[in-house]
Amino acid sequence: MSMLNVFDIAGSGMTAQSVRLNTTASNLANAGDVAGSADSAYRAKQPVFSAVYDTFGDGANVAVRVTGITESNAPVRALYQPEHPDADADGNVWVSNVNAVEEMVNMLSASRSYQNNIEVLQTSKDLLLRTLSLGS
Amino acid sequence: MDNEFFGFHAIALQHRSNRNEILARNLAHADTPGFQARDLDFAEVLAATESPTTLRRTHSTHLAANSNAMTDPALKYRIPTQPSVDGNTVETDVEQAAFAENVVQYQASLQFINGKIRTLRHAISGERS
Repeated sequence: MSMLNVFDIAGSGMTAQSVRLNTTASNLANAGDVAGSADSAYRAKQPVFSAVYDTFGDGANVAVRVTGITESNAPVRALYQPEHPDADADGNVWVSNVNAVEEMVNMLSASRSYQNNIEVLQTSKDLLLRTLSLGS
Repeated sequence: MDNEFFGFHAIALQHRSNRNEILARNLAHADTPGFQARDLDFAEVLAATESPTTLRRTHSTHLAANSNAMTDPALKYRIPTQPSVDGNTVETDVEQAAFAENVVQYQASLQFINGKIRTLRHAISGERS
Protein backbone atom coordinates (compact mmCIF):
# COMPACT_ATOMS: atom_id res chain seq x y z
CA MET A 1 0.00 0.00 0.00
CA SER A 2 1.54 3.22 -1.01
CA MET A 3 0.43 6.69 -1.78
CA LEU A 4 1.34 6.08 -5.43
CA ASN A 5 -1.84 3.98 -5.69
CA VAL A 6 -3.79 7.19 -5.36
CA PHE A 7 -2.67 8.13 -8.87
CA ASP A 8 -4.09 4.90 -10.29
CA ILE A 9 -7.36 5.19 -8.39
CA ALA A 10 -8.01 8.86 -9.12
CA GLY A 11 -6.87 8.32 -12.71
CA SER A 12 -9.37 5.50 -13.24
CA GLY A 13 -12.06 7.70 -11.68
CA MET A 14 -11.23 10.48 -14.12
CA THR A 15 -11.34 8.08 -17.08
CA ALA A 16 -14.78 6.82 -16.00
CA GLN A 17 -16.11 10.35 -15.56
CA SER A 18 -14.82 11.37 -18.98
CA VAL A 19 -16.65 8.41 -20.54
CA ARG A 20 -19.75 9.71 -18.82
CA LEU A 21 -19.10 13.20 -20.23
CA ASN A 22 -18.67 11.64 -23.67
CA THR A 23 -22.04 9.87 -23.52
CA THR A 24 -23.66 13.11 -22.33
CA ALA A 25 -22.11 14.99 -25.26
CA SER A 26 -23.32 12.30 -27.63
CA ASN A 27 -26.84 12.41 -26.14
CA LEU A 28 -27.08 16.19 -26.33
CA ALA A 29 -25.73 16.27 -29.88
CA ASN A 30 -28.32 13.70 -30.95
CA ALA A 31 -31.21 15.18 -28.95
CA GLY A 32 -33.01 16.34 -32.09
CA ASP A 33 -32.40 13.27 -34.25
CA VAL A 34 -35.38 11.79 -36.04
CA ALA A 35 -35.68 8.29 -37.50
CA GLY A 36 -38.11 6.43 -39.71
CA SER A 37 -39.17 3.91 -37.05
CA ALA A 38 -39.43 3.68 -33.28
CA ASP A 39 -36.76 0.94 -33.21
CA SER A 40 -34.13 2.91 -35.08
CA ALA A 41 -34.64 6.15 -33.14
CA TYR A 42 -31.69 7.36 -31.08
CA ARG A 43 -31.91 6.40 -27.42
CA ALA A 44 -30.08 8.19 -24.60
CA LYS A 45 -26.93 6.31 -23.55
CA GLN A 46 -25.58 5.96 -20.04
CA PRO A 47 -22.33 4.35 -18.80
CA VAL A 48 -22.36 1.76 -15.98
CA PHE A 49 -19.62 2.11 -13.37
CA SER A 50 -18.31 -0.67 -11.18
CA ALA A 51 -15.51 -1.21 -8.67
CA VAL A 52 -12.64 -3.48 -9.73
CA TYR A 53 -10.95 -5.22 -6.82
CA ASP A 54 -7.29 -5.97 -7.46
CA THR A 55 -6.90 -9.45 -5.98
CA PHE A 56 -3.23 -9.89 -6.89
CA GLY A 57 -1.76 -7.08 -4.84
CA ASP A 58 -2.77 -6.30 -1.30
CA GLY A 59 -6.32 -5.65 -2.44
CA ALA A 60 -6.04 -1.96 -1.77
CA ASN A 61 -6.09 -0.78 -5.33
CA VAL A 62 -9.77 -0.48 -6.22
CA ALA A 63 -10.14 1.14 -9.60
CA VAL A 64 -13.29 2.41 -11.29
CA ARG A 65 -14.19 0.63 -14.49
CA VAL A 66 -16.87 1.36 -17.06
CA THR A 67 -18.47 -2.08 -17.55
CA GLY A 68 -20.86 -1.09 -20.28
CA ILE A 69 -23.16 1.43 -21.84
CA THR A 70 -26.91 1.10 -21.34
CA GLU A 71 -29.63 2.67 -23.42
CA SER A 72 -32.62 4.45 -21.97
CA ASN A 73 -36.01 2.64 -22.10
CA ALA A 74 -38.00 5.84 -22.11
CA PRO A 75 -40.54 5.90 -24.97
CA VAL A 76 -39.56 7.69 -28.17
CA ARG A 77 -41.87 10.42 -29.33
CA ALA A 78 -43.75 10.29 -32.66
CA LEU A 79 -43.87 13.51 -34.66
CA TYR A 80 -46.34 13.97 -37.52
CA GLN A 81 -44.22 15.20 -40.44
CA PRO A 82 -45.50 13.65 -43.68
CA GLU A 83 -43.13 15.75 -45.86
CA HIS A 84 -40.06 14.28 -44.15
CA PRO A 85 -38.25 11.79 -46.46
CA ASP A 86 -37.91 9.27 -43.57
CA ALA A 87 -41.57 9.47 -42.51
CA ASP A 88 -43.38 6.12 -42.19
CA ALA A 89 -46.72 5.14 -43.80
CA ASP A 90 -48.70 7.18 -41.24
CA GLY A 91 -46.53 10.26 -41.87
CA ASN A 92 -44.72 9.98 -38.52
CA VAL A 93 -41.02 10.37 -37.73
CA TRP A 94 -39.61 9.25 -34.38
CA VAL A 95 -37.66 11.67 -32.21
CA SER A 96 -34.91 10.51 -29.82
CA ASN A 97 -35.84 10.08 -26.14
CA VAL A 98 -32.99 12.31 -24.87
CA ASN A 99 -34.07 14.42 -21.93
CA ALA A 100 -31.99 17.61 -22.15
CA VAL A 101 -32.51 18.57 -18.49
CA GLU A 102 -31.39 15.13 -17.33
CA GLU A 103 -28.32 15.36 -19.55
CA MET A 104 -27.33 18.78 -18.26
CA VAL A 105 -27.58 17.59 -14.66
CA ASN A 106 -25.55 14.51 -15.58
CA MET A 107 -22.91 16.70 -17.19
CA LEU A 108 -22.61 18.88 -14.09
CA SER A 109 -22.35 15.84 -11.83
CA ALA A 110 -19.67 14.24 -14.03
CA SER A 111 -17.74 17.49 -14.21
CA ARG A 112 -17.80 17.93 -10.41
CA SER A 113 -16.67 14.34 -9.84
CA TYR A 114 -13.86 14.82 -12.34
CA GLN A 115 -12.75 17.96 -10.53
CA ASN A 116 -12.85 16.11 -7.20
CA ASN A 117 -10.46 13.51 -8.57
CA ILE A 118 -8.11 16.19 -9.90
CA GLU A 119 -8.12 17.85 -6.47
CA VAL A 120 -7.25 14.55 -4.79
CA LEU A 121 -4.41 13.98 -7.28
CA GLN A 122 -3.03 17.48 -6.80
CA THR A 123 -3.12 17.29 -3.00
CA SER A 124 -1.57 13.82 -2.89
CA LYS A 125 1.15 14.94 -5.28
CA ASP A 126 1.97 17.93 -3.05
CA LEU A 127 2.15 15.64 0.00
CA LEU A 128 4.43 13.21 -1.82
CA LEU A 129 6.74 16.00 -2.95
CA ARG A 130 6.91 17.34 0.59
CA THR A 131 7.73 13.85 1.84
CA LEU A 132 10.50 13.58 -0.73
CA SER A 133 12.08 16.78 0.50
CA LEU A 134 11.98 15.58 4.10
CA GLY A 135 14.94 16.75 6.18
CA SER A 136 16.16 19.38 3.75
CA MET B 1 19.07 5.04 12.13
CA ASP B 2 16.22 2.85 13.33
CA ASN B 3 12.55 3.57 13.51
CA GLU B 4 12.70 4.27 17.20
CA PHE B 5 14.10 7.71 16.65
CA PHE B 6 11.01 8.85 14.80
CA GLY B 7 8.83 6.65 17.01
CA PHE B 8 5.17 7.44 16.87
CA HIS B 9 5.50 9.88 13.98
CA ALA B 10 6.68 7.21 11.55
CA ILE B 11 3.61 5.08 12.37
CA ALA B 12 1.36 8.11 12.13
CA LEU B 13 2.77 9.09 8.74
CA GLN B 14 2.23 5.56 7.41
CA HIS B 15 -1.34 5.61 8.70
CA ARG B 16 -2.06 9.01 7.13
CA SER B 17 -0.66 7.79 3.84
CA ASN B 18 -2.90 4.69 3.92
CA ARG B 19 -5.91 6.74 4.89
CA ASN B 20 -5.19 9.16 2.06
CA GLU B 21 -5.44 6.28 -0.37
CA ILE B 22 -8.69 4.96 1.09
CA LEU B 23 -10.32 8.39 0.99
CA ALA B 24 -9.09 8.89 -2.58
CA ARG B 25 -10.76 5.59 -3.45
CA ASN B 26 -14.04 6.70 -1.87
CA LEU B 27 -14.00 9.95 -3.85
CA ALA B 28 -13.17 8.17 -7.11
CA HIS B 29 -16.18 5.88 -6.56
CA ALA B 30 -18.63 8.68 -5.77
CA ASP B 31 -20.82 7.55 -8.70
CA THR B 32 -20.29 3.77 -8.66
CA PRO B 33 -23.54 1.92 -7.83
CA GLY B 34 -23.25 -0.28 -4.74
CA PHE B 35 -19.84 0.99 -3.70
CA GLN B 36 -19.42 1.18 0.05
CA ALA B 37 -17.25 3.93 1.48
CA ARG B 38 -14.61 2.86 4.01
CA ASP B 39 -12.31 4.57 6.44
CA LEU B 40 -9.45 3.69 8.79
CA ASP B 41 -9.88 3.84 12.54
CA PHE B 42 -6.65 5.28 13.94
CA ALA B 43 -7.20 3.86 17.44
CA GLU B 44 -7.38 0.34 15.99
CA VAL B 45 -4.36 0.93 13.78
CA LEU B 46 -2.37 2.03 16.80
CA ALA B 47 -3.53 -0.93 18.90
CA ALA B 48 -2.55 -3.31 16.11
CA THR B 49 0.90 -1.70 15.85
CA GLU B 50 1.51 -2.04 19.57
CA SER B 51 0.43 -5.68 19.79
CA PRO B 52 0.27 -7.18 16.31
CA THR B 53 -1.85 -10.31 16.04
CA THR B 54 -0.02 -12.98 14.07
CA LEU B 55 -0.67 -16.65 13.57
CA ARG B 56 1.71 -19.05 15.28
CA ARG B 57 3.57 -21.15 12.72
CA THR B 58 4.51 -24.65 13.81
CA HIS B 59 6.45 -25.47 10.67
CA SER B 60 8.94 -23.44 8.70
CA THR B 61 7.08 -24.03 5.42
CA HIS B 62 3.78 -22.69 6.73
CA LEU B 63 2.66 -19.54 5.05
CA ALA B 64 2.70 -16.37 7.07
CA ALA B 65 -0.79 -14.90 7.39
CA ASN B 66 0.07 -11.44 6.24
CA SER B 67 -2.79 -9.13 6.90
CA ASN B 68 -4.39 -7.99 3.71
CA ALA B 69 -5.11 -4.30 3.36
CA MET B 70 -8.77 -5.02 2.61
CA THR B 71 -9.23 -7.35 5.59
CA ASP B 72 -7.59 -5.00 8.07
CA PRO B 73 -9.92 -4.81 11.12
CA ALA B 74 -9.19 -1.09 11.38
CA LEU B 75 -10.68 -0.58 7.92
CA LYS B 76 -14.34 0.02 8.65
CA TYR B 77 -17.40 0.84 6.62
CA ARG B 78 -18.78 4.33 6.71
CA ILE B 79 -22.36 4.69 7.96
CA PRO B 80 -24.09 7.07 5.55
CA THR B 81 -26.35 9.85 6.78
CA GLN B 82 -28.36 9.71 3.56
CA PRO B 83 -27.99 6.37 1.78
CA SER B 84 -28.67 6.55 -1.93
CA VAL B 85 -31.03 4.26 -3.84
CA ASP B 86 -28.25 2.55 -5.83
CA GLY B 87 -26.49 1.33 -2.65
CA ASN B 88 -23.60 3.77 -2.90
CA THR B 89 -22.59 5.06 0.54
CA VAL B 90 -20.08 7.68 -0.60
CA GLU B 91 -21.00 11.16 0.55
CA THR B 92 -18.72 13.51 -1.29
CA ASP B 93 -18.85 16.31 1.29
CA VAL B 94 -18.04 13.96 4.17
CA GLU B 95 -15.19 12.39 2.21
CA GLN B 96 -13.81 15.77 1.19
CA ALA B 97 -13.83 16.97 4.79
CA ALA B 98 -12.08 13.78 5.91
CA PHE B 99 -9.57 14.13 3.08
CA ALA B 100 -8.76 17.74 4.04
CA GLU B 101 -8.40 16.73 7.69
CA ASN B 102 -6.09 13.88 6.77
CA VAL B 103 -3.92 16.12 4.59
CA VAL B 104 -3.41 18.57 7.44
CA GLN B 105 -2.56 15.70 9.80
CA TYR B 106 -0.11 14.30 7.25
CA GLN B 107 1.60 17.67 7.02
CA ALA B 108 1.73 17.87 10.81
CA SER B 109 3.46 14.47 10.93
CA LEU B 110 5.91 15.66 8.28
CA GLN B 111 6.58 18.77 10.35
CA PHE B 112 7.31 16.70 13.46
CA ILE B 113 9.67 14.41 11.57
CA ASN B 114 11.40 17.42 10.03
CA GLY B 115 11.84 18.82 13.54
CA LYS B 116 13.41 15.56 14.69
CA ILE B 117 15.82 15.60 11.76
CA ARG B 118 16.74 19.20 12.49
CA THR B 119 17.44 18.32 16.11
CA LEU B 120 19.67 15.46 15.03
CA ARG B 121 21.59 17.65 12.61
CA HIS B 122 22.08 20.17 15.36
CA ALA B 123 23.52 17.49 17.58
CA ILE B 124 25.86 16.26 14.83
CA SER B 125 27.22 19.64 13.82
CA GLY B 126 27.45 20.71 17.44
CA GLU B 127 26.80 24.36 16.71
CA ARG B 128 25.62 26.69 19.38
CA SER B 129 22.21 27.99 18.68
